Amino acid sequence: MAEFAVELRDVSKRFPGPSGEIVNAVREVTLQIKDGEFFSMLGPSGCGKTTSLRMIAGFELPTSGEVYIHGKPMGQTPPYQRPVNTVFQNYALFPHMTIGENVGFGLEMKGVPKAQRTARVQQALAMVRLPGYEARRSRQMSGGQQQRVALARALVNHPEVLLLDEPLGALDFKLRKEMQLELKRLQREVGITFVYVTHDQEEALTMSDRIAVMSGGRVLQVGPAFEIYERPNCRFVADFIGESNFLDATVQDVQGPTATVTLTGGLTVYANTDLSLTRGQAVTVAVRPEKVGLRPYEGAQNAFPGRVEEIVYIGTDTHYSVMLNGDQRLRVREQNEDPYSRPLANPGDAVTVYFDQAAARVLTE
Amino acid sequence: MTKRRSPWLRLTALLIYGFLYAPILVLIIFAFNASRTNIIFKGVIAEQGPYRLEQDVVQSAPCGPFHWFCQLPNNRELVNAARNTLVIAFTSTLAATIIGTMAALALQRYHFPLKTFSEVSLYIPIVIPEIVMGISVLTLFSAVFSYLNTALPAASRLSLGLGTVIVSHIAFSVPFVALVVRARLHGFDRSVEEAAMDLGANEWITFWRVTLPLIAPGVLSGALLAFTLSLDDFIITFFTTGPGATTLPIYVYGLLRRITTPELNALSTLWILIVFTALSVSQLLQRRSA
Amino acid sequence: MKTDALRRWLRIWGTREAYQGLLLVAPTLLWMTALLIIPLLLTVVISFGGRDANGDVVYGFSLANYLRLLDPLYVGILWRSVVLAFQTTVLVILVAFPIAYFVARAPAGRRNAYLFLILVPLWTNFVIRIYAWIMILRTQGVLNGVLGWAAGLIGLPFQPLDLYPSPGAVLVGMLYEFLPFMILPIFTSLEKIDESLFEAAADLGANAVRTFLRVTLPLALPGMVAGTILVFVPVMGSFIVSDILGGRNVVLVGNLIQRQFLDARDPAFGSAASIILMAMTLVVTIIYTRRFGFGEEIVRA
Repeated sequence: MAEFAVELRDVSKRFPGPSGEIVNAVREVTLQIKDGEFFSMLGPSGCGKTTSLRMIAGFELPTSGEVYIHGKPMGQTPPYQRPVNTVFQNYALFPHMTIGENVGFGLEMKGVPKAQRTARVQQALAMVRLPGYEARRSRQMSGGQQQRVALARALVNHPEVLLLDEPLGALDFKLRKEMQLELKRLQREVGITFVYVTHDQEEALTMSDRIAVMSGGRVLQVGPAFEIYERPNCRFVADFIGESNFLDATVQDVQGPTATVTLTGGLTVYANTDLSLTRGQAVTVAVRPEKVGLRPYEGAQNAFPGRVEEIVYIGTDTHYSVMLNGDQRLRVREQNEDPYSRPLANPGDAVTVYFDQAAARVLTE
Repeated sequence: MTKRRSPWLRLTALLIYGFLYAPILVLIIFAFNASRTNIIFKGVIAEQGPYRLEQDVVQSAPCGPFHWFCQLPNNRELVNAARNTLVIAFTSTLAATIIGTMAALALQRYHFPLKTFSEVSLYIPIVIPEIVMGISVLTLFSAVFSYLNTALPAASRLSLGLGTVIVSHIAFSVPFVALVVRARLHGFDRSVEEAAMDLGANEWITFWRVTLPLIAPGVLSGALLAFTLSLDDFIITFFTTGPGATTLPIYVYGLLRRITTPELNALSTLWILIVFTALSVSQLLQRRSA
Repeated sequence: MKTDALRRWLRIWGTREAYQGLLLVAPTLLWMTALLIIPLLLTVVISFGGRDANGDVVYGFSLANYLRLLDPLYVGILWRSVVLAFQTTVLVILVAFPIAYFVARAPAGRRNAYLFLILVPLWTNFVIRIYAWIMILRTQGVLNGVLGWAAGLIGLPFQPLDLYPSPGAVLVGMLYEFLPFMILPIFTSLEKIDESLFEAAADLGANAVRTFLRVTLPLALPGMVAGTILVFVPVMGSFIVSDILGGRNVVLVGNLIQRQFLDARDPAFGSAASIILMAMTLVVTIIYTRRFGFGEEIVRA
């Protein structure tokens, strides 16, 4: 078996747009998805993630480049000859068939004898915790149940790769949380490679072994959740995943992983970097709001005075918008540890913000 | 739009419904007319017994009030016309449904050359007067037949008849079937077809197992429309029919120029009854499938 | 630009999609071409021809048939057809509107039943319906019978009215035939109107009449337009209603055409009349659809 379950090499997809123009949905994407991995493609709508997934499934053919599944080039192979199955965003259950017929459809197409089929359908439905639902119709079931049926329908065929296209998008918040864990459990149980498309960063972070962040038809960064969140390689990723303050700055000095930069307002910030920077280069410093504090602490390399402009209470946390001396605004997020959730400062108060050198990251893109 | 309606509106509506149903009521009542000339209602045939006629008024008949209904099967011309009508309607419906559904699929889902041309051609029967279509088709058939018949032996000469009527009925039914099926395809969620292909069904199996069952209600209503159009058609049939291919509407039209007996009313009543039942059943079926 | 279009055209020819689409549409194309387009073209060709002594078509090119249509006799027929079509259309709108309004504002549960009741007479055969009107309108018919009985009750002298055959009978017959074709599209338009619009109009100070004139009527216009096409075109081409209910006195274009083909055996002249008829209906349809659009109302009806 090849090393990668799915591999995209220089894959591009162009569509004729609605008014005759050409839309570059996917641009030269190269991706390697490991066997048994829970892999997510994350990005805003129109970033090319769904098109990429559909090219793996075979619903679309790449304009250029090649899709490999377990090392085999897919070329023009139609969907029904690919060793993958898909869970659709709207489930796409066959409304004119029972749940049993839905789940058994793939096996029927493979020519599995009826008796064996019945047993496997039963097994698959039990696996998604819907035992005995064979005779029901999809319209008698809730969204969450339909979702499980769609999963069973795909998994019963033991595909080499399971493709999931925003499968939880239509569910309400609580159910979505529940299904996230359920999906992760299933994936561990069956050991099949999952390729998961979503625009919900939290969902991707929760479930994935690795995430590819996409935008404008390109893959910007690939890596485990921790790496993507903690070490974003560009402004888009830092902004799309979680929240970030972006400060415009100029490089003063670089020593090892420590960069000394000057903000446009004149303040000097110590930040971490793994890029090769040159003195005088214009950069952006990204700082996560939760890594900035209003309480002084030992060893904070960066401490700047400022004035609170606005505070927003959001339950677990309170957000403070602080205007630093020199015209840079910084969002600060503090947990409401106080039993009465009393704010640490009020609008108009003079404060000092503290953050670690490691909390600040220099970005060039 | 539920609101209290004014009594004037109710009255007007009632009057219009009366206008719509008065002729039908008259037709049905006169089907039981004892008077053979059928101009003035002379009461129903009250007596059941051997057929007895006095001054054009039936005094008694074996079927009693249903005398004129019982007469229908004895009328060879009428039975023939009924059979022709059904043969034409069934054949043309079957063909038009298949052809129209194919066209709807092509137009809704494919990009191909001549697409605009196909679409425009489907609108022709809707916007040109039926009589123009009727005479054009007649002209074509006569031109083609007179050309071919010079070469054919006398025994196998072509002429107007069932065949020409069926072919013409298909022509005017196809656009309606295509329109109805296309409307159904319009809201069709193609991801279920992708799901079928994803699960290993090729295009052909996907069509039979997924697409067709899902558009079946549209195909059925298209077929029903084609069937009723064919049953009801007068003008096109009038111009394309030939000897031995008389349909019921043509037969009735022929009768209108002569003296009409209540038999015609009995026929009409039966017709109305059949159509009403068929429509009610199809309505119920549609409601159940919805 | 031109090469782009050409390239796109070539590209579309080559694809699998094009080939599948063409295959699916082929029978329809065949049918429409063989039984609509070619016959229509043939009719155009023949309309420039003439006939021989046997009544067979002689191909040629002359405007004689069209010039013959300028004869006051035929101009009169054309004019009468147009007038009748307009009269019918206006009459049909006047009768169709209240009933469409009534059905559209009925409780949702009953709406389908009311609509169904409108459709039922439509499905009884059209020749049969005309026959029913003969029974009602003739001198000794039902209407005169009822009127005579009513006159007798209040002691008035009654002279049976001469209603059939007459141009009036034709108009009634046309109204009856085509009423449902107007009711349905108007209903479709009215049904789409959101109840809140009436509330908004009332809220903004419009009384019932002004609401009707400023809200209901304009929003029902697409339905009326669609209905007009659905009524005007067939009335222009009809010949049965006038033939049977009008006796031989009411001659419309339809009757003229029919007689040229079946009695007078002058297909060339009949073809010319057909072309003129088609041109007139097309002009009306095009002007109407240009002005108001070809809405879903036609399709639904």
